[in-house]
Amino acid sequence: MSLSAATRAEIETARERYPQARSAILPALWAVQHEVGHLSPDGMEEVARILHVTASEVEAVSTFYSMYFQKPHGRHEVIVCINVSCALRGADDIVAHLERSLGCESGSTTADGEFTWSSTVECLGACGGAPAMQLDHRFVENLTPESVDATLAAARASSPHATTGPGDAVGAEPAAASSGERRRGAPAGGRTRPRRRTKPEASDG
Amino acid sequence: MAEFPLLTKDFGTQDLHERAVYERTGGYQGLREAFKRFTPETLIAEVKTSGIRGRGGAGFPTGTKWSFLPKDVFPRYLCCNADESEPGCFKDRYLIDKSPHQLVEGVLIASYALQVNVAFIYIRGEYRDQRLLLERAVEEARAAGFIGKNILGSGFDCDVIVHGGAGAYICGEETALIDSLEGLRGQPRLKPPFPAVKGLYGQPTVVNNVETLCNLPHIVQRGGEWFKSLGTEGSTGTRLFCCSGHIKKPGTYEMLLGTPIRELLEEECGGMRTGSTLKAFQPGGGSMQVLLPEHVDLPLDMNEVQKAGSSLGAGAMIFMDQDTCLVDVSMRLVDFYQHESCGKCVPCREGTYFESQLMHKLEAGHATPAELATLSDICANMDGRCFCPLGDTATWFVMSAYKHFRDEFEAHCNAGECPVKARARERAA
Repeated sequence: MSLSAATRAEIETARERYPQARSAILPALWAVQHEVGHLSPDGMEEVARILHVTASEVEAVSTFYSMYFQKPHGRHEVIVCINVSCALRGADDIVAHLERSLGCESGSTTADGEFTWSSTVECLGACGGAPAMQLDHRFVENLTPESVDATLAAARASSPHATTGPGDAVGAEPAAASSGERRRGAPAGGRTRPRRRTKPEASDG
Repeated sequence: MAEFPLLTKDFGTQDLHERAVYERTGGYQGLREAFKRFTPETLIAEVKTSGIRGRGGAGFPTGTKWSFLPKDVFPRYLCCNADESEPGCFKDRYLIDKSPHQLVEGVLIASYALQVNVAFIYIRGEYRDQRLLLERAVEEARAAGFIGKNILGSGFDCDVIVHGGAGAYICGEETALIDSLEGLRGQPRLKPPFPAVKGLYGQPTVVNNVETLCNLPHIVQRGGEWFKSLGTEGSTGTRLFCCSGHIKKPGTYEMLLGTPIRELLEEECGGMRTGSTLKAFQPGGGSMQVLLPEHVDLPLDMNEVQKAGSSLGAGAMIFMDQDTCLVDVSMRLVDFYQHESCGKCVPCREGTYFESQLMHKLEAGHATPAELATLSDICANMDGRCFCPLGDTATWFVMSAYKHFRDEFEAHCNAGECPVKARARERAA
């Protein structure tokens, strides 16, 4: 058995949750990645066994999605958005800064194994706080070279636990807003106060 | 006198993501009233009356979509599309961050109308915290008797499952979302049959956007006629617009449809930032065609923006100033589509690859005029010939930018560098 009893139980629970067992492949892969740090061949075989599909089917699904790691990654994951909204507000400078301060290219892992980082054209959905990145799947927005350095330093000093993505069991604490306020990095969104209080003339009638 | 905002009305309330707080602001009243005052049939009719159109991008009338489900075929499924990945778009994240219960209530109202006993919320993998918030909201709602068997004594049963994606833009396309939910690679399916007839697990299925569903508690409580009185004839209600780019106050703003874009830009977003003048903007996210400063007087109306050659799409406005190179913007968007192409059909898989190669060459100032013509040719051969809209939309921005900023594209040919950036550099020096 390559997976822990807890991970196997998590996958079995997911299997029971869906009308068809196969639907649990994505959550099962998250569970494997959460435990192992990436999708190990053994882990995928075990997912296949629990969900009654073939290992090749599981692997075929895993390679389609960009957030699953086929190889071991660093302790922390940094993803910087370079799509339009972030690019308009200086994402390229942030990428250059990261490359300098981490000493390795986008898509690689630092020599000390702390960070795997990449720039991505996949819009992260943080355009209101551009330029933005995610550290271990949490948003850090309105980036400056200084705030990037501070974020990396804090991560380096944190407990040796990499968040490998949405594999956390149900009930894990969201970083969001128990106060109703935005977490670090401040708002992507926020102000919402449409002024107009009466119906305007219908523009097409 | 109408009341605004609608969806974001209570977003200033502390701890709104908690069920008890949400209920104090009138939450779950829509669900109670749906059971009390409507049958599934009359509820569908009420939503039709409201005139609400889907908020995910295509703008299809929600009530009409619902009415396509064949009678007496069960089980049926509802999938809430929270896969938001459109470049420039972050409204679904905002709606979930602030008020996950509003979405859960909307999902339950839709499930009742459609007689769905298992509903799914498909949320993109990158939205980890939002998924956790939703999972917690679902458990709270279950504990309070809003989810489960015989909800509020209505005799109606419904379970809600939150399903996290894993990084694939294409899964926002409804049939790809269904494939992904079935545990497959997320690739679009041939239509027909449409999901309403054969969707998830081969059963009748409705896929609705987060914002669409968040409107339902309000439509139930205030009535379809009231909702129809908001906005314009073709675009009823309000919409959330995600504003980004060279503006003073990027963010999400709920606007009454029909309001001029200028009001959104100048009053909500605080105008362009100091030193910036508007050169171009994208009114509907990365997929939509570029518009010019003269278009800011258009109303936020789906039909009017369409007449101007673009679309309100998913409600993402990206404003660009005088120093923005439209070739650079096009290149990034083309790269995005190339990265996200699922590979199922040739025009998209190969077309986006060639597009990207040529755009990089052009942006660097090394493409020839003949290669620029090839780019245009490739786009013309992709648009309308791809299996799903991803491939088509991979050409829309670049072609519209080429049309409106032809000089800029041509100036890049054999220039050895980007002339727009060179000019900005000279000015700064």
